[in-house]
Amino acid sequence: MTPSDFHVTRSSSVTKIAAVLGLLILIILIAAPYWAGRADMRLMGELFLYLALASLWNLMAGYAGLVSVGQQAYVGFGGYMLFALTMFGGVHPIGAIVIAGFFGALIAVPVALLIFRLRGAYFAIGTWVIAEVFRLSFAQVSVLGGGSGSSLPVGIVRSLSSSRAGREHLSYWLALASAVIVIAAVYFFLRSRNGLALTAIRDNELAAGSLGIDIWRTKFVVYIVTAALTSMIGALIFLQKLRISPDAAFSVNDWTAFVIFIVVIGGIGTIEGPIIGTLIFFALRETLADLGTIYLMVLGVVAIVIMLKAPKGIWGLIRTRFDVELFPLSYRVKHSQTAQKD
Amino acid sequence: MTAFLQLDQVSKAFGAITVAEDLSFEVQSGQALGVIGPNGAGKTSMFNLITGTLAPNSGRIMFDGTDITRDGAAKRCRAGMARSFQVPQPFSGMTVFENAMIAATQAGGLHGKEAEQFCIEVLDQTALLDRANTLAGGLTLLGRKRLELTRALCARPKLLMLDEIAGGLTEAECTSLVQTIKDIHARGVTIIWIEHVVHALLAVVDKLMVIDFGRKITEGDPHTTMESPEVQEIYLGIAADA
Repeated sequence: MTPSDFHVTRSSSVTKIAAVLGLLILIILIAAPYWAGRADMRLMGELFLYLALASLWNLMAGYAGLVSVGQQAYVGFGGYMLFALTMFGGVHPIGAIVIAGFFGALIAVPVALLIFRLRGAYFAIGTWVIAEVFRLSFAQVSVLGGGSGSSLPVGIVRSLSSSRAGREHLSYWLALASAVIVIAAVYFFLRSRNGLALTAIRDNELAAGSLGIDIWRTKFVVYIVTAALTSMIGALIFLQKLRISPDAAFSVNDWTAFVIFIVVIGGIGTIEGPIIGTLIFFALRETLADLGTIYLMVLGVVAIVIMLKAPKGIWGLIRTRFDVELFPLSYRVKHSQTAQKD
Repeated sequence: MTAFLQLDQVSKAFGAITVAEDLSFEVQSGQALGVIGPNGAGKTSMFNLITGTLAPNSGRIMFDGTDITRDGAAKRCRAGMARSFQVPQPFSGMTVFENAMIAATQAGGLHGKEAEQFCIEVLDQTALLDRANTLAGGLTLLGRKRLELTRALCARPKLLMLDEIAGGLTEAECTSLVQTIKDIHARGVTIIWIEHVVHALLAVVDKLMVIDFGRKITEGDPHTTMESPEVQEIYLGIAADA
């Protein structure tokens, strides 16, 4: 056995099957307006938006170690940007979503410079404080309705599509696209050289620094990109809600607590985790929503049980037991002769 | 000729505890310097100061003709120094091969297939190729020590710094490790090696330095230094004139 007998592969039969199945599911989902009812499409749209938020939070907290409890700052910021740009800038809503992402990245720069001075729990608290500052600031803007908020004018809503069905289909596809784009972006980033560096930071910062990885810069880039995409999703969320208020836009429960729940039960630090977590979260919510407060208590119990029994989440449990992954990220060294038999 | 690595009166203290006091020494390009000293003498702290994990209170560190005193660990690594950690610091959730790939692509400046093939060669050299797909967190202590060496080599350093890499190995493992390090040295890589296993150290290094309480006690030819009264006193507790 000499080194030249070995080669490196990144895909496996499981990842190939997963890719084909994933593509099939995507085609079925794109065609949803032809087979799903109005309520189902609305629910799926919401599910995709949560999936996107969870994948982004996972990239930031699970890989870059930036445990933020203040991502509602960017959801709300994006939402308000949508309202401001369409109402006062005369921008088309779709264009406003993109510009909201750009502004989200811009405002994230000074925020990052400030909160990156904090470590661990202090960082988490810092992000929450920043989100509160955002909420209180937007509540002061009287042209956007101040503390009571405002609704999106009918003319702007109509500019998306003249018919109600057309608008619903468009907002469903936008939500689906956002989830697909976010997951694809996370996947291609993690697969790259910089993604490998980020995964190294996840495991051991001391060693990562000693191997030439610029930890601060890597985290900074992740934070800014996450902020930009979270702002775009925030804009999309409030384009569907058609109404915005500071309390709804900057809700720590809706945009951070549920998202953390999804990532933690699904499996933090994996791409698959947020997908599984989102499905579980919506399954629980749809079956328990009628129970009111008990629903939130059940979520809490589920989170505690999973954290105790499977600290790496449901996907972490599956991955360690069966040594599988759906997204081909890892490297496998194979002996060339055995590989030919595959 | 200017030194490849030069420490100039470097001092570092944590409150009342001094880990380096006016530490000055030079390493020439292609040299292999051995470092010994009792536990707590400040050997690993000296590595931390050289690699940038610790910032000195005063003094200056020159590497390859540049003042690197204010540079961070990542920048110094990219300038060409790599280290192994005395307490192994693996990327536990990644495979042995992925650990090697990080060093090769980040510090070593390699890309794609070239990086993959290079990692395979290094893993073969460090006898970890058959564990390439194992998660680093699942390795034994010996495996983790080998992984430390693997990563340092994959970084393709000009200056390789080894921190007690032979501790806890069997005689046969130690012999093969010494051979590996000799091969690397023969390729022109400058080495600084902290080690308690003195016979392994003496088989490789061409200069030996003794430190204690963060100060340099003596340095010079390895065998002469080992027999010097200062070393005898530190290791055996005998007064020099007894």
